Amino acid sequence: MLLILLGVLILHLVILVLLLISTSVNAWTVSSSITTDLWYNCLTSGGGYHCKVASNEDWIQAVQALMVLSVLFCLLSLVFFLCQLFTLVKGGRFFFTAIFQILASLFVMCGAIIYTVMSPDRAVGVEFGYAYILAWVAFPLCLVSGLIYIILRKRE
Amino acid sequence: MLTILALASIVLLGIVPQQSEAIVIYTGWERHALVGSDIRLSCSFFSWRWTSEDVTFSWSYRPDGARDSISIFHYTGGAPYVDNKGPFRDRLEFVGNPARRDGSILLKNLDYGDNGTFTCDAKNPPDIVGRASSVRLLVFEKVPIQAGVITGAIIGAVLGLLVLIVVIYYLMRFLVARRVFNLSVSKHGRKGKGKEGSQQRQLWRPPPVTLLPLTS
Repeated sequence: MLLILLGVLILHLVILVLLLISTSVNAWTVSSSITTDLWYNCLTSGGGYHCKVASNEDWIQAVQALMVLSVLFCLLSLVFFLCQLFTLVKGGRFFFTAIFQILASLFVMCGAIIYTVMSPDRAVGVEFGYAYILAWVAFPLCLVSGLIYIILRKRE
Repeated sequence: MLTILALASIVLLGIVPQQSEAIVIYTGWERHALVGSDIRLSCSFFSWRWTSEDVTFSWSYRPDGARDSISIFHYTGGAPYVDNKGPFRDRLEFVGNPARRDGSILLKNLDYGDNGTFTCDAKNPPDIVGRASSVRLLVFEKVPIQAGVITGAIIGAVLGLLVLIVVIYYLMRFLVARRVFNLSVSKHGRKGKGKEGSQQRQLWRPPPVTLLPLTS
């Protein structure tokens, strides 16, 4: 049983790290000289590395909010998991943890979808960066983790 | 000695402020407006002297990218003179109150060509030394939302909803528990009172009283 517990905990931590990297690293859209993410558009020219704040449009602010919320909810579900580990009755299920984890996965999904649909047209040489891919990877992992928490029962 | 000192200080106080007196003019720094809307450009000043009757306000306008500025408004001798030939003819109105040191103007029906810098210069004779103050006007088709407003709103709303749900959950639990407690208390209470009442009538004992010997 300890193995299962350890496995679940490691999965949760991996998801948290993926979400943090995805939200903060500047690699959602990359091209040879310009990298953009949710917060800054950065240009690497001969003179150096210049960043300016990402556009003020509504959709990018919504994606920002959703990614931040997903990180928050993932963190909260980790805290609740550790809490419930010690306070739950024998045979009880980790419903609280599962709810927060599933909500986090929903937020990541919505954020990634909005970014995919609304980001500016793909030109030649401009493609999605690894932070964007990490967001899409984190979504199913998060969902699976939440479902595991629903099925998991506390044993002594 | 003291009188000389007092006289000297009065004279100094009398002279020095007159040299450092200057009129300070306040306008905004930057104004944003929508196309077709009206905007009020405010201008007021601070001066050590009372507002004189010869106070003057004058506004001038320099379009974005131009080097020269043109005068568009002048208030003097108690009467306002608005622009009747330039770019703001029929669109400018004086809405200030010179007695209250307010020289604001109202620009109506803005257009993209009104982007530029508006400079207000006020003079309050004999207080005429001062620096004119400028306000920049930016005309937008749609007022842009500042970065982070929507982000903050979404995060705040979701967290607030979460807190609300938690509070409601605990409130419901508390209310249900209290209702269950009330019901159980009332049940026990009725039975208890009956028993106690009969017992009291049967087993009433006189209160114990002892006689203490009075010793001194």
